[in-house]
Amino acid sequence: MSIVTPTRAAESPGPFWRRAHLTPYWLLAPAVVVTAVIVFLPMAQAVVTSFYDLILFRPNASRFVGFGNYIKLFNDPVFWTALWNTIIWIGLTVPLQMGLGLVTAILLNREFPWRGLARALIIIPWALPSVVIALMWRWIYDPNTGVLNDLLIYLSVVQGAVPWLADPHLALYAVIATLTWQGFPFFAVMILAGLQGIPKSQYEAAALDGASPWRQFRHITLPGIMPVLATAGLLRVIWVANSMDVIFVMTGGGPGYATHTLPLYAFIKARQNLDFGYGTAIAVTFTILLGSFVAVYLVRTMREVEK
Amino acid sequence: MNKPSTLRRILTTDLPVALIVLFTMAPFAWMILTSLTPSAQITSSGVSLSPAGWSLDNYWRLIQQTSFLMNMVHSLIIATGTMILGLVVAVTAAYAFSRFRFPGRRLLMLQFLLINMFPVVLLILPLFVLMRRFGLLDTHFALILANSTVAIPFAVWMLTSYVGAIPKSLDEAAMTDGCSRLTTLRRIVLPLMVPGIISTGIYIFITAWNEYLYALTLGGRNVRPVTVAIQTLVGEYQIEWGLLAAGAVVGALPATLLFLFVQRRLIGGLTQGAVKG
Repeated sequence: MSIVTPTRAAESPGPFWRRAHLTPYWLLAPAVVVTAVIVFLPMAQAVVTSFYDLILFRPNASRFVGFGNYIKLFNDPVFWTALWNTIIWIGLTVPLQMGLGLVTAILLNREFPWRGLARALIIIPWALPSVVIALMWRWIYDPNTGVLNDLLIYLSVVQGAVPWLADPHLALYAVIATLTWQGFPFFAVMILAGLQGIPKSQYEAAALDGASPWRQFRHITLPGIMPVLATAGLLRVIWVANSMDVIFVMTGGGPGYATHTLPLYAFIKARQNLDFGYGTAIAVTFTILLGSFVAVYLVRTMREVEK
Repeated sequence: MNKPSTLRRILTTDLPVALIVLFTMAPFAWMILTSLTPSAQITSSGVSLSPAGWSLDNYWRLIQQTSFLMNMVHSLIIATGTMILGLVVAVTAAYAFSRFRFPGRRLLMLQFLLINMFPVVLLILPLFVLMRRFGLLDTHFALILANSTVAIPFAVWMLTSYVGAIPKSLDEAAMTDGCSRLTTLRRIVLPLMVPGIISTGIYIFITAWNEYLYALTLGGRNVRPVTVAIQTLVGEYQIEWGLLAAGAVVGALPATLLFLFVQRRLIGGLTQGAVKG
């Protein structure tokens, strides 16, 4: 971080401010220095590591390979599987969370006696540790004694026990269901705040003109909450893409590579194979791919700050 | 719109809301029921739905046979440490962002926003390598630093919006009376920031308490917070769901209670940014 000394002394309101030129930088220094050390230094380290063939605990064998890890990556079928899984993972989880969140928000925006209680209860998944959520759902999905199979067999939806997390065709979707459960309250709360910002008079006017509820929704509600949907959606894409703790605890990426997403693949490579060079190369590639979403979000938010 | 009848309201509002609440609460309720059913009974006849089959057996075993209480202490140290570090560096930063217009302000604010977007995995691997080099692995300090990567930028942004809501005229009045910037911050702004500091601090505490991947990677043997400890309750050969559920309930309790305590104010702060757009 370069600290720029302001030279435009004319901007200072008076002599008693003069020495205050540097004040904001001093005030910011602790936060900037700490984040530089714990975020930017490790990130630089990550980029450097990704150009090395580094197996941890064999540090003497470490050697510079240039783009070797990245070339290896593009020829690695698991990378492409993980990339595809990441796309499904984001593409299903975020819309599902948003849809369910929207329905919940619209319901919670109505008048009913236990509204406050309902709102408090619905947000609880948000406060639970991911590891608890993951284990809880593993227990629910358990093929032998899990309650989901018991329930579905009892209702005659399925004939025999379904191995939700052990079936490569089902596992990813089972985890997506869990993440939807975990994440939809966030959308509900955000959208609810947006709904409460729409003036009631607009609905009254529309009702007077004889607009059906659906038309009111389309022409008043949806435009009114569009900015919230966009911001919350972008934030969620980034968050869902990054989150790997739930998958890691539920399936560990298995069966096979069925639930590997890119960040999880990077983590597992480094954690289990101690292949930090290749692992960081995957992480860097993933960060670059995610970068476009981050850029859009940053531009939007910074525009707000300027106002 | 004419007032809908009570029956219609129940059908179109109360019932769907009840279903959604059921959907959110059922897994949690199931976990609590599991934790109350003795392990032997779970394997023989399943989770007990009636209070007759309940006991605190799993909770007793959790306290007596595992180091769970010690793990709670580790979590407490880490979460409190993260909270203090995050708040201390963020308060002055938030004051600077809110009260000063200076070259580089936008860039620095952008920087703090950007940090929160970085994939954990991009930081976790190099942090492991670096902390190993400096001999920090498996210490509370390592986990406090790692959690701060999330906590500091979050606190800076939350507190900036809180300070922004405090009228500037108060500062100006204090400074005309001869207070320096720092005195103004300490005497005038800080007391008014207390509600914001409390909710931001609690949010940091919750996130740090719930954090799992850093704890797993950078902690481990000596320093083992609850999230990692719960995971280790999964036995090697057979999963003891009763014990595990008891651990999950106890481990999730502090954060959940704190969250319910501050949720209203917290949600106001969190959603503000998005709603303004």
